[in-house]
Amino acid sequence: MQSGPIIILSGGLSPERDVSLRSGRRVADALRRRDLDVEVLDVDGSLIDHLGDREPSCVIPLVHGAAGEDGALHEVVSALNLPYVGSDAAACRQAFDKPTANRVAEQAGFCVPRFIVLPHSAFREQDAREVLTASVAQIGLPLIVKPSQGGSSLGVSVVRDERDLPAAMVSAFAYGDTAIMQSFVEGTEVAVAVLETSEGVRALPVVEIRADGGIYDYHARYTAGSTEFAVPAHLPTETLAACERTAVGIHQALGLRDWSRSDLIVDHEGQVWFLEANISPGMTETSTYPQAVHAAGLHMGDIVADLVKHAIARG
Amino acid sequence: MTSDNRYETAGASATTRLDPWLDHYAQRTRGLSSSAVRALFAVASRPEVVSLAGGMPFVSALPMDALAETTARLIRERGNVALQYGSGQGDPALREQIIEVLAPVGVESHPDDIIVTAGSQMALDLVVRVFCDPGDVVLVEAPTYITALSVFSSYQCQVIHVPMDEHGLDPQALRETIHQVRAEGKRVKLVYSIPSFQNPGGVTQTPARRSEILEVVTSEDVLLLEDDPYGLLSFDGTIPRAIRADDSQAVIYLGTFSKTIAAGLRVGWAVAPHGVREKLVLANETAMLCPSNLTQMIITDYLSTSPWLDQVKIFRELYRERRDALIESLARYMPVGTTWTVPTGGFYSWVDLPAGVDSTAMLPRAVSARVAYVPGTGFFADGQGGHSLRLSYCYPEPDRIVEGVRRLAEVVSAEVSMAELFGTTNDARSRRLPIAPTSDMA
Repeated sequence: MQSGPIIILSGGLSPERDVSLRSGRRVADALRRRDLDVEVLDVDGSLIDHLGDREPSCVIPLVHGAAGEDGALHEVVSALNLPYVGSDAAACRQAFDKPTANRVAEQAGFCVPRFIVLPHSAFREQDAREVLTASVAQIGLPLIVKPSQGGSSLGVSVVRDERDLPAAMVSAFAYGDTAIMQSFVEGTEVAVAVLETSEGVRALPVVEIRADGGIYDYHARYTAGSTEFAVPAHLPTETLAACERTAVGIHQALGLRDWSRSDLIVDHEGQVWFLEANISPGMTETSTYPQAVHAAGLHMGDIVADLVKHAIARG
Repeated sequence: MTSDNRYETAGASATTRLDPWLDHYAQRTRGLSSSAVRALFAVASRPEVVSLAGGMPFVSALPMDALAETTARLIRERGNVALQYGSGQGDPALREQIIEVLAPVGVESHPDDIIVTAGSQMALDLVVRVFCDPGDVVLVEAPTYITALSVFSSYQCQVIHVPMDEHGLDPQALRETIHQVRAEGKRVKLVYSIPSFQNPGGVTQTPARRSEILEVVTSEDVLLLEDDPYGLLSFDGTIPRAIRADDSQAVIYLGTFSKTIAAGLRVGWAVAPHGVREKLVLANETAMLCPSNLTQMIITDYLSTSPWLDQVKIFRELYRERRDALIESLARYMPVGTTWTVPTGGFYSWVDLPAGVDSTAMLPRAVSARVAYVPGTGFFADGQGGHSLRLSYCYPEPDRIVEGVRRLAEVVSAEVSMAELFGTTNDARSRRLPIAPTSDMA
């Protein structure tokens, strides 16, 4: 076992770099309050050399977006035989790709809003207008367009008028070559943090998200005050339990480890719908995971310190 | 404020907005928020990215050893002054020297009419603070300096853009806009202009144009705020004559050492009519008591002991070479339908993209391709600029500029294809909300 510092990997080159840096600093602060030796590393081309030099006792990947959550970073850390907190590379790949995660969730028996995967090439090979018209006919309005990979609602648009669809597609394709078009479910938006310890997998209190303007976009996520959160969500007890079961079930179906967060919608009939899973949840001042930790009466430093211990134990 | 844990109990649940002071903020803070565009600039700071976004002076060209020695000596020998409070109007010795610095732009002034500030940005803030009440109208060029828009917004001014052409602000349009605003019962308090090597347009007002603009503001009894950070950075050495040089009563002139010496020293100034200067000094004292003695003394020492005009020549040559690299690579790589301004000084070129390309929507793809720029909407208060962007050539080395433009051209070409594919070439949706600035966009 290495005796070096705990190294938090954050930053990187994804559009979520700033969010990741903030997450990294927050987790580092929490661990330092437990007198643990922590370093925060901005991931770049010197990653392997740096990890080799520092010989960390454990690595905590907190890079958001592609390269941080698509499993590539985890492959590198695994190849260096370093213990790390979080899901393995295969699970990351599965969870990070929204169409794949949706299919896994459906197969596991969870409700997923109807969706279509639309690679950019599909529009080059066929008449784009016809593809869009056919897609809308299948999904119905309102619908949501988002990149197939990535987080923080970047490139996400809610489309209520078909005339707005082309611009929504252009926005989504700005973040990747594949978009998904998904039925927009009206209801209560919730985030459910999942924590896996030696005692098992548990859901933390359900966080309800009420963004000003109704859309939990980048501004709403990271501007303190622009979103109201309720913990636990203002939902009937049985619905809260259903949300928790869904998040835990998704965590297990996707093969996730240590921590995750599922974003869900509860429709007006109380049905819980899976939207997406996050293998490296945001830990910023306005993120929902820390709020759930707080509401559960736990402390972020204790949680992460325990996860580090388990990661080291499993090697 | 609520309890320490920031949660407000509502039955069995607790609600929070994560900011207990939310209801306390002044209205002028509206618009200060996170945005996806700002987030992308965090990536632009990485060395892998060719940043054509920020207007960072190339300070590496400065005589660092000499500045280090100057700073050390000042603290060692005059630390009791350098590290003490100073005059709210600024160090008299520096104000004397600013008179000499102003000579090349034709401004004749007296040290008493100069107020030293923490960069000319602070001077801009003070002028607006002194003159503008909420709802007052400020007329600006279309497009204009992004952080000036933030100042006007923070004082709740109404900003109205006046068109520019290749010679800068259109005087006829300026007069018509003044009349139109007055006809609506509103008051025009300031006309804000960057006559030389404009940020972001890269255009320079001709002498005739300057005279016409001066005639408009004097005949209409409106104060002109002349911002001149780049005036000495003329590539052919012909330094444009400031408008203030021809009227000391109708024009407040803003100057800075940020582009000619060092932005990090944060020393700028305003030259103002006597009555205005009195109020600006009081406002300066209210805002910050006094500018930094240490940085003023560093500049005073530098100006008196170094061939500072020779250093300005070094900067001019360096930026001219980079301008050439930018313009040549734009011509070489950019797809048909792209146009750009060719600046004769300063830091920036303004690029208009082919029809249908939205510069804000394109930014993530550009950053993924490892090149950054500032979308045009940042330079407008009213959502214009969606099909334009600003490129800054002052910081990257010429070969990096060429590589950045090559990457950008590929992205623009892909966006043209995308716009054609989805039929967004005439999309009017590209009027977006203004972008709150970061220092990377300055």
